[in-house]
Amino acid sequence: MSFLNYLVSGLSLGSVYAIIALGYTMVYGIAKMLNFAHGDVIMVGAYICFFAFTRYGLNPFISVILAMLVCTCLGIVIEKLAYKPLRQAPSLAVLITAIGVSYLLQNLALLFWSSNPKVFNPIIPNKSINLGGLTVSYITLLTILVCVAIMIVLTTFINKTKLGKAMRAVSEDKGAAQLMGIDVNTTISVTFAIGSGLAAIAGVLLCSAYPNLTPTTGSMPGIKAFTAAVFGGIGSIPGAFLGGLLLGIIENLAKAYISTQISDAIVFGVLIIVLLVKPAGLLGKPTREKV
Amino acid sequence: MSNVVLKCVDLGIVFGGLAAVNDFDIEVHEKEIAGLIGPNGAGKTTVFNLLTKVYEPTSGEIFLNGESTAKKTTVQLSKAGIARTFQNIRLFDKLTVAENVMTAMNQSMKYSLLEAVLRLPRYWKEEKEAREKALDLLSIFDMQGMADVKAGSLPYGAQRRLEIVRALATEPSLLLLDEPAAGMNPAETAELMENIGRIRDKFGIAILLIEHDMSLVMGICDQITVLNFGQVIARGTPAEIQSNPVVIEAYLGKHKEG
Repeated sequence: MSFLNYLVSGLSLGSVYAIIALGYTMVYGIAKMLNFAHGDVIMVGAYICFFAFTRYGLNPFISVILAMLVCTCLGIVIEKLAYKPLRQAPSLAVLITAIGVSYLLQNLALLFWSSNPKVFNPIIPNKSINLGGLTVSYITLLTILVCVAIMIVLTTFINKTKLGKAMRAVSEDKGAAQLMGIDVNTTISVTFAIGSGLAAIAGVLLCSAYPNLTPTTGSMPGIKAFTAAVFGGIGSIPGAFLGGLLLGIIENLAKAYISTQISDAIVFGVLIIVLLVKPAGLLGKPTREKV
Repeated sequence: MSNVVLKCVDLGIVFGGLAAVNDFDIEVHEKEIAGLIGPNGAGKTTVFNLLTKVYEPTSGEIFLNGESTAKKTTVQLSKAGIARTFQNIRLFDKLTVAENVMTAMNQSMKYSLLEAVLRLPRYWKEEKEAREKALDLLSIFDMQGMADVKAGSLPYGAQRRLEIVRALATEPSLLLLDEPAAGMNPAETAELMENIGRIRDKFGIAILLIEHDMSLVMGICDQITVLNFGQVIARGTPAEIQSNPVVIEAYLGKHKEG
């Protein structure tokens, strides 16, 4: 394989990370919390799509929509039941709860769907296309295109709609937003809904490329996407995209040219170096403490 | 007499045994500018926080346009017609000037998430109208030209004015201004005074303002309430307040004989 091939498949993996990282970064930006259950929502999305598409033979498009709907509802329910009661609580309590929700989802999946790996059929034909000497599989191409589409739609949504403006306002000052008539709870719910819907897409794309589905499928990509969000500057949407893409490319190149075993170590090593140089991440704004 | 917009009866709040505001009464009418003054720590901003339900009152009642606000939340009160500015400016710094104003119009915009994503006609229509309305409101302070500048990069005086515009965008019947002239020079204060009067005339709303700048308070207020240690110590027209010995004592201390 050529360097270009590694680069494109890295871009594809990075696209999945980027889509997941969006969920982390949006929730962090608005609710100021780290939702560590986010990775497991990916897994739930992949299972829903697996059952709809592989087991019951539904149309792939409908299966993905179904997975998105279930995950969107799941995201809203998790927020309502687990995080909303802790709105005034110290952030450590929320963090522990998030880790608890993560384990809850994994164990529920274990209970319902067993630990046997499911073989996930890719939602589009497993074929490749030749682009000027470069062989790219359909799913790689689809993943990159979906990521670009999400980036465009989401950026427009955040910048050009009233809900997007409300989200940015809540992210800056909850109190002032409320006094301007913005319902903070609804805004946070919408954020969770969007993040979780995107997680379902990420789950389907991830499992189409790596078809091994287990209850812990979401945890490693979840942690890597979280890393990507921090890498790009947590709270920043363009940062999540940049961080995700770079992380995927670094991981793939490390696997190709250095070692498969220590590729993860290299990825996290890069994160440490970036944070030493730019503590707020690549696109993050350094926060000034008011004295 | 015109309609009573705001009426507080025996309003009070206790923080850990300390009555920050006690038995606060006020009546503000339509098209009236009322001033709330008092030494530092007298509880003026606390009154604003009670009116907007940032704090839940421990006693008393608030009526907005004749209706009790006891069961309303901060967001519902904004819909019901209370808008405010802040002593320490709290704009959405990363949003543009126009976006700050449009944010306050969210509640009156009806299009749904689906309509926004699919870009249906109602989305375009309402977003366009909101922007036009925002520019129109900004023109009160001649700020249309700054519409697409980030709020955080505005000069201080412009930030104060933008806060007032943002508050007006919620279409309030009662506007609460928390030290609108703080940090302004005399020329800016004079201009602000004129604008507050214009806002009252144009929108026909009631305005309650906290201010330390006595030229402003005495110049534009129809009635003044003086707070000290959470208690109303005087009430009246600017002329009455200026000559009230209790007020002078609260501000300057007791005059020692001999």
